[in-house]
Amino acid sequence: MIKLLKLVRVDSKKTRMKQAKVLPSFKNWQELPHIPISVGVTGSIGKTGEWRTFRPVIDSNNCNKCGFCYLYCPEGTISFDKEQGPEIDYEYCKGCGICAHECPKKAIEMKREE
Amino acid sequence: MSVEDTEQTLILTGNEASAWGARRAKVNVITAYPITPQTTVMETLAEFVDSGSMNAKFVKVESEHSVMAGMVGASMTGARTFTATSGQGLLYMAEMVHWVAGTRLPVITTISSRGIAPPWNIWVDYSDVMSMRDTGWLIQFASTHQEIFDSVIMNYKIAENPEIMLPVFVAYGGFTQSHTSKPVIIPSQSDVDDFLPPVPENGWSHVYLDPDRPIVHGNLVMPNQEYMEFRFKIHETATRVSSVIKEVIVEFNKKFGRDYQGLVEPYMCDDAEFILITIGALSEQVKIAVDMLREQNMRVGSIKLRYFRPFPVDDLVSLLKSTNVKGIAVIDRSIAFGSPTGGHVSSEFYSVLNQLEKGITYLPGVWGLGGRDVTVDDQVAVFTDLMNLHENGEIATGKNKFIAGTLWVNIK
Repeated sequence: MIKLLKLVRVDSKKTRMKQAKVLPSFKNWQELPHIPISVGVTGSIGKTGEWRTFRPVIDSNNCNKCGFCYLYCPEGTISFDKEQGPEIDYEYCKGCGICAHECPKKAIEMKREE
Repeated sequence: MSVEDTEQTLILTGNEASAWGARRAKVNVITAYPITPQTTVMETLAEFVDSGSMNAKFVKVESEHSVMAGMVGASMTGARTFTATSGQGLLYMAEMVHWVAGTRLPVITTISSRGIAPPWNIWVDYSDVMSMRDTGWLIQFASTHQEIFDSVIMNYKIAENPEIMLPVFVAYGGFTQSHTSKPVIIPSQSDVDDFLPPVPENGWSHVYLDPDRPIVHGNLVMPNQEYMEFRFKIHETATRVSSVIKEVIVEFNKKFGRDYQGLVEPYMCDDAEFILITIGALSEQVKIAVDMLREQNMRVGSIKLRYFRPFPVDDLVSLLKSTNVKGIAVIDRSIAFGSPTGGHVSSEFYSVLNQLEKGITYLPGVWGLGGRDVTVDDQVAVFTDLMNLHENGEIATGKNKFIAGTLWVNIK
């Protein structure tokens, strides 16, 4: 869902305009802003993990915590911690396999979803 | 006394008048790609920026598509933006032309109109700008060098009105206007500043670009969401803008001593029985034809259509209802292949005819494509044809051919 923002001009030059109230609904076209503006939200188009056919599974014994998978993931569904290593958010991972392809240790296996 | 401090009359080409308009409007960002016959607009602006007489970013890009994309990005930051193009260049930027209007950005672009290829042609023909008819841009035709300069200033004021926020094309003829020289009154910078204040310091009220607070714009809007409403809002604004245009013209006339009359300008129409409606510089020349026929006691008049978008239906209806009109000719300098009348204005004019009394003789036509000369004699011949069509139901001059409902002026 698009969450339309109504922008409100403020005086301070630094803050310029603030993103004012979100318009979850409106009665008619007069209430709409000139153009749709929104802010990024997680899962704006639903739980995209449902699209997945192959599930990337990280072999933590083989993983050297380089962070390549985190950098290459086009959907930002891999979080990364230098101590803990990468973690995949399966709610939104579409299963494209780019992480498995790029992993220098071949530590990610694409397993068919059941 | 420098040219900045006092009103001066300079001898300028039409393209230089356009560039001076951008200079006096103190535009912040110019994107540039050369194309004949527009190129000298950008060359003049490049000299202004290089010499320091203009404080603007002059961005050279690799294509017209990027020219207009640059206008989108720059204008979204709240900058006043300007560019110019012609013919094929305008066609190449077409996608981004829609983006400007869809993002409601007040970009002003002047068009030195030329014929569309193939076959190649670089001379006056409004088919290029007319192909942008349905983009949401306002479209104005400037018929004199002075009007080119004045229109750039006036249209910034119209476009940047927070209730409007729509871009404007100012079109004029390639070479006949763009490369000929005429005296142009350039007001002092402070007088223009009084009329056209700087852009709001905090940007436009509906959109901003700030790396610290990212936003999504140009969103995907699903069928059950508000796509239809956003389309409607552009159309609603593009029709409502007429009143704002008139207010700005009145204010401009008062401030600078001009006599622009609105979206349409009648000449000798009060008692006219036969009226010729045209756009661009030829509508100035028609006045000579009207004067010649008036000397022979013929009740003729002419109307200059200044704005094509919005199409001034109400203005034309009320103006024509105040005359004794028996016959109307609408002659386009553009071709709308396969349309009912062959021309853009003449097709839309049916929405005016529909509100006038029945029985008015209507003669749509096309002249001067690709820069072919249209002389005063040609224009007199159109009046003669119109009067003959009304009296006898036929075209009589032999100079023009009436083919499939369109008068082809001076066609071989």
